[in-house]
Amino acid sequence: MSKVRVLVGTRKGAFVLSADGKREQWEVSGPHFAGWEVYHVKGSSADPGRLYASQCSGWSGQVIQRSDDGGATWEPTGNRFAYDGTPGTHQWYDGTPHPWEFERVWHLEPSLDDPDTVYAGVEDAGLFKTGDGGQTWEELPGLRGHGSGPSWQPGAGGMCLHTIILDPANRGRMFAAISAAGAFRSDDGGQSWRPVNRGLRSEGIPDPDAEVGHCVHRLAMHPSRPDVLFMQKHWDVMRSDDAGESWREISGNLPTDFGFPIDVHAHEPDTIYVVPITSDAHHFPPEGRLRVYRSRTGGDEWEPLSRGLPQRNCYVNVLRDAMAVDALDDCGIYFGTTGGQVYASPDAGDTWAPIVRDLPAVLSVEVQTLP
Amino acid sequence: MIRVVLPAHLRALARIDGEVTLDVTGPVTRCRVLDALEARYPTLRGTIRDHDRGRRRAFIRFFACEQDLSHTDPDDPLPEPVTRGAEPYLIVAAMAGG
Repeated sequence: MSKVRVLVGTRKGAFVLSADGKREQWEVSGPHFAGWEVYHVKGSSADPGRLYASQCSGWSGQVIQRSDDGGATWEPTGNRFAYDGTPGTHQWYDGTPHPWEFERVWHLEPSLDDPDTVYAGVEDAGLFKTGDGGQTWEELPGLRGHGSGPSWQPGAGGMCLHTIILDPANRGRMFAAISAAGAFRSDDGGQSWRPVNRGLRSEGIPDPDAEVGHCVHRLAMHPSRPDVLFMQKHWDVMRSDDAGESWREISGNLPTDFGFPIDVHAHEPDTIYVVPITSDAHHFPPEGRLRVYRSRTGGDEWEPLSRGLPQRNCYVNVLRDAMAVDALDDCGIYFGTTGGQVYASPDAGDTWAPIVRDLPAVLSVEVQTLP
Repeated sequence: MIRVVLPAHLRALARIDGEVTLDVTGPVTRCRVLDALEARYPTLRGTIRDHDRGRRRAFIRFFACEQDLSHTDPDDPLPEPVTRGAEPYLIVAAMAGG
């Protein structure tokens, strides 16, 4: 029977949650790297035993950990992230120039076919790559240097590159998203980049439909249909049918279109999930009721999913990297909260149950489906 | 022999129990002590001072002999009791962190 392994990054360590295909009985391993912030843990699709974790602290900065046995043991790897050349400046919160300074790794995206190759999205926003299993990291400077970089500015969480999506059909194509700059696309393996934000509209920037400056919270893609992208923006849920060339709003009947994560069902490319959050000022669910919303129509028409989720006095948030899906026949959906709960649904969102309730605040959730 | 005490989170990272003892050749300075420490435990590179310029990370402090040595020149000699191992050199996680 297949198994699932849920990789959870929290404010104070990482946890590995394991279950068989029924997803009823869970083993909890952790905390790994106790006391450190773990922004992201992700496994290689080419070698499921190979995991990478981004571990950081205000005291001691960035550490990258690597496991070759599915998270049972870990070894620190390289942690030098130096921007290419003279880094220059981006905009600070008040619009003044501010030098690029490495703060942390937000997201690790292993290559689809080489476990030693990994892309890292960092704060201040930049894209790095290792080809030696994390020992050394080099910037792919074409993103930060393509021209709009000096106009990027931080979102409330920092100026982070939080989303990296690799196109499985066109191996040169990849997408990245930055708060608060927008979405970007490369067609040559990350060497050169351009913004792909046409159709986005954001209040809070001088030109609401500017080429860059949008606070994109998350992108998602189904691997069978890589030209279709879904986006949870600061406000607005968006969709592109042409690999980011243009976007249209699909917020439809959502109670609020503010939120952080967005994800796609493993077997139904038009079934997508978001977690509506009240507003930019109120980072908690509307009415204190935690509800995932599902669209089976690729957007516009949404249904609330609440069975098993708290429906009163719930004021947690769900952060941008804290939702994932497994690839079992009955697709499982998972998300973690800032209150330390990790919820799982073994039936595509119809019903939910907590795997754990009392972890530190959850920063990220990834799932591996194992034979 | 130089005795170095690391904060708990770095002892855990480098899998160190208790104090570290180091042989430092030449004048005993913060820079040389950290060079020797990082040579023995490469995992600690970048966690106490930055990789490229060697600047102390903002939330790391250096104490010895009841003195705060965080802001001294990294090439200044350390106090004599530290150089002969009578007193440990303390690498401290600032109370403001964590």
